[in-house]
Amino acid sequence: MSVSEKKTRIIEPDSLIGKRIPKMDAPEKASGRTRYIHDINLSGQLYGKILRSGRIHALIKSIDTSAARALPGVHVVITAADIPDQRPIGVARDHFPLKVGRVRSQRDEIAAVAAESEEIAEAALKLIKVVYEDLPVISDPEDAIKPGAALIHPEPHGADGTHLHLKQGTSIAHRGKADNIAMRFDYAHGDVVKGEAESDVVIEDTFRLHYVTHCCMGVSGMIAEFDASGNLLMYSNTQVPFLHKREFAEYLNMDPARIRIIQPPIGGGFGSKLDIYPFEIICLFLARAAKRPVKMLFTREEEFLASPTRQPVLLTLRSGCKKDGTLTFRQVHTLHDNGAYTSWGATTPFVMMQTFSSLYRVPHCDYHTAAVYTNNPYAGSFRGYGNLQATFAIEQHMDMMAEAIGMDSLEFRLKNAQDSGETTGQGMVFKSCGFKDCINTAAQRSDYSRKFKENEANRGKPGNIKHGIGMASMLHVGGGAKIYPSDGCGTILKMDDFANVTLITGASEIGQGSETVLSQLVCEELGLPISAITVVNNDTAITPWDVGVHASRTTFIAGNSAIGAAKKAKAKILAVAAKKYDAAEADLDLRGGFVIKAASGEVVVELSKLLRNLHFQDKAELVMTTFYYEPPSVHQGKDFKGDVSAAYAWASQVVEVEVDTDTGMVRMTKITGAHDVGRVLNRLGIEGQIEGGMVMGQGYALTEDLMIVDGVMRNPNFRDYKLVTAPEIPEMDIAFIESMDGEGPQGAKGVGEAPSICIAAAAANAIRNATGVRMFELPFTPEKVYRALHGQTPKRYWKPWKAE
Amino acid sequence: MSLKHDIEFTLNGVKRQASVDVTMNTLAMLRDVIGLTGTKYGCGEGECGACTIQVDGVSLNSCLMFAVDCDGRELTTIEGLANDSKADALREAFVEHGAVQCGFCTPGMIMQADHLLHKHPHADAECVKRGIEGNLCRCTGYKKIVDAIVAAEDGQRTAP
Repeated sequence: MSVSEKKTRIIEPDSLIGKRIPKMDAPEKASGRTRYIHDINLSGQLYGKILRSGRIHALIKSIDTSAARALPGVHVVITAADIPDQRPIGVARDHFPLKVGRVRSQRDEIAAVAAESEEIAEAALKLIKVVYEDLPVISDPEDAIKPGAALIHPEPHGADGTHLHLKQGTSIAHRGKADNIAMRFDYAHGDVVKGEAESDVVIEDTFRLHYVTHCCMGVSGMIAEFDASGNLLMYSNTQVPFLHKREFAEYLNMDPARIRIIQPPIGGGFGSKLDIYPFEIICLFLARAAKRPVKMLFTREEEFLASPTRQPVLLTLRSGCKKDGTLTFRQVHTLHDNGAYTSWGATTPFVMMQTFSSLYRVPHCDYHTAAVYTNNPYAGSFRGYGNLQATFAIEQHMDMMAEAIGMDSLEFRLKNAQDSGETTGQGMVFKSCGFKDCINTAAQRSDYSRKFKENEANRGKPGNIKHGIGMASMLHVGGGAKIYPSDGCGTILKMDDFANVTLITGASEIGQGSETVLSQLVCEELGLPISAITVVNNDTAITPWDVGVHASRTTFIAGNSAIGAAKKAKAKILAVAAKKYDAAEADLDLRGGFVIKAASGEVVVELSKLLRNLHFQDKAELVMTTFYYEPPSVHQGKDFKGDVSAAYAWASQVVEVEVDTDTGMVRMTKITGAHDVGRVLNRLGIEGQIEGGMVMGQGYALTEDLMIVDGVMRNPNFRDYKLVTAPEIPEMDIAFIESMDGEGPQGAKGVGEAPSICIAAAAANAIRNATGVRMFELPFTPEKVYRALHGQTPKRYWKPWKAE
Repeated sequence: MSLKHDIEFTLNGVKRQASVDVTMNTLAMLRDVIGLTGTKYGCGEGECGACTIQVDGVSLNSCLMFAVDCDGRELTTIEGLANDSKADALREAFVEHGAVQCGFCTPGMIMQADHLLHKHPHADAECVKRGIEGNLCRCTGYKKIVDAIVAAEDGQRTAP
């Protein structure tokens, strides 16, 4: 800072909060200079490739790798037999990275190669001979729970049928499972029988949610290297480096202290990097065996085949209300197609039950999920985490019940909507809650009520284009989620002799803009321009602990942590200035790179000069602080009750569609979103998150459909898996409800997942408004809609079932 | 085991030679032989646009073009836009309008936008949307990308 210090100079108050701050990493990205994992190469690096199963469900009778091993340029070939101490991975520890004795899905890993080039590695894979014995395929979760259904994880047997004595362990991978139920969730509050008895109207419907996948533009990959002392360095795209350090150590049977994870910029996350996948462990096995760095990158086809999906759900919802519009109860049974192995998808009920129990005031709620093994792809975590599925059912039922009792759907929603100060049956405490504001704002801005009636009246009129408008709302965690006993984040902050700040945070940047918003919060505290900060956030050897990027938590948790460190730095600076300039600390402040008198804005000293004075004196000191923020939330017990988040985010979205009744084509013309975000921090960033989420929701509703037939993925490419393209995007009108959360950083709450949650539900309501036809299954492709319009879709009913 | 072919072409204004495998595509040549990694692999099938470059002034998917076909042609990649003032405006507009999130589609998107604006200097939002329909983005929902491209053309490079 070259501004000369004048005693009379006044610095006017200014704030970074709510401004449009460009992403700090955008200039590099826009000039193609950013080095993603795909762009990093280490000297001596080998290339890893994986041989996947040619079958859906089969016994592996034999694997012959001799020809592959003999190919020039091949360094290592591994199968399960080469790693006798392999440990099972995954949320339920039911998954060996290299398959032992049996393959259970299309993507299953049989063998892997590390070679001088990708071409040689691929050529080597073709030389590996595998003999299989096919087994019956279970591709429908309803078949998986039938009595006598074939088991996906029976006790492990070898090729000759004898029991495999795997290294002792109690996991499903070692011992097998006597049924196909991977996980179950049962939750209740109140008494649904009583609730039903009090109801004037009871409706029950089955909803079916499909497979979609993340489609990150950057394919998955990693680089692993063991140094001469056996320490592991990984370049990884994980969203949870600190928890994964511990997990990787478990799988490699090594000390977690010897693992360092560097996270290069990531080509999209959306929840996909929340679990550890077989390719990562296999890459580590290869690097360990080759004693060379090994890089592994997916092809796009592999990205489709071997990435997790959003959790597909079969759901029967029974809801009731009184004639006056009071909700009485909800009963929910869901069947989750777990796929062959268990990842985070199985645990989406954590979020789903929150929506069922607490989005609206429901006195009685009963919720049951069984996630069952099949031979299909397995589901992971994906932006929204079960909430898109739950909201799809609930918000259609809200419209249907309003219709049944002859009440305006808006009035019905407002009557049952939560307010701040309420504690729900599940124990969630709503401190800041702008839900009703969200409903009213979205309705007013979109002219919902007028259009709703007009569209209904126009249904029977001539013309093939019908207009529809529909609403849906959502509740999601907005202040972290205490999934683990700690949901915290650490910060280290240091200031140099020039009053520049280095912010070292545990929170990872995954393209969402956390680096920029954290910088904003720190600079706001320290009265510095955003250009005065450098962020270090990608190396576990440097950064302090953070639970990971998930649950829309980073702005809230890492933000509070960064503010905590900045406040400590500010206190130290003001104390030094007060002493040196004979003033009271309380009368001083930091602004524009200066220490000023708080009342007048008059400059006391340039901050950089003060810091240099502090440094170059007899008792030399630097300004360096640390802070660890742990949110005041509750780790839920087995009854799933407790205030799991420090704050909750709300949103209402109105979707407008045009339905062509001749073709079944649905065009989304406009989305109006009202979001309770606590407070807008970076207007540019939050708009980007919401627009991106809305269009992701549009894809889920209209075009994206990962087609799995008998366990086979039929469309693992962008030609046949249809992402939304630029000409298809709707007009987007976004309103922010600033409820100023008392615990949030500058009043803000999390927003990352919220915008994609309501779109499919609101679109279903809009199609109903346009055509009178209700859609219970996603996605709303022209074929599905056309069939429904012509009465060719038999209404499906899944009889509620729960695991005994 | 592979057949090599020597080619000569202009890359970002500089004449150069390369010896490339006959089965290699231009994307792989740029990234692996020449070492310019701004051009991204997204699908390898011409469906996502992440690998968009300009060849003789026309944008195309470098994953679908054989490297040997670059012989005698003029190639421009995202790195080559560094000295182009029009592209500076585009890049700045992408930054200021929030058109960049994870950034993986961005180089391809900018190459396509640059081509689009040369071809349609007065493109409006609808024209821009059609112009980038072959470039997939999973983060932004496209709106801010369209805003940025329109603004770059208008010379309105300050954020609204």
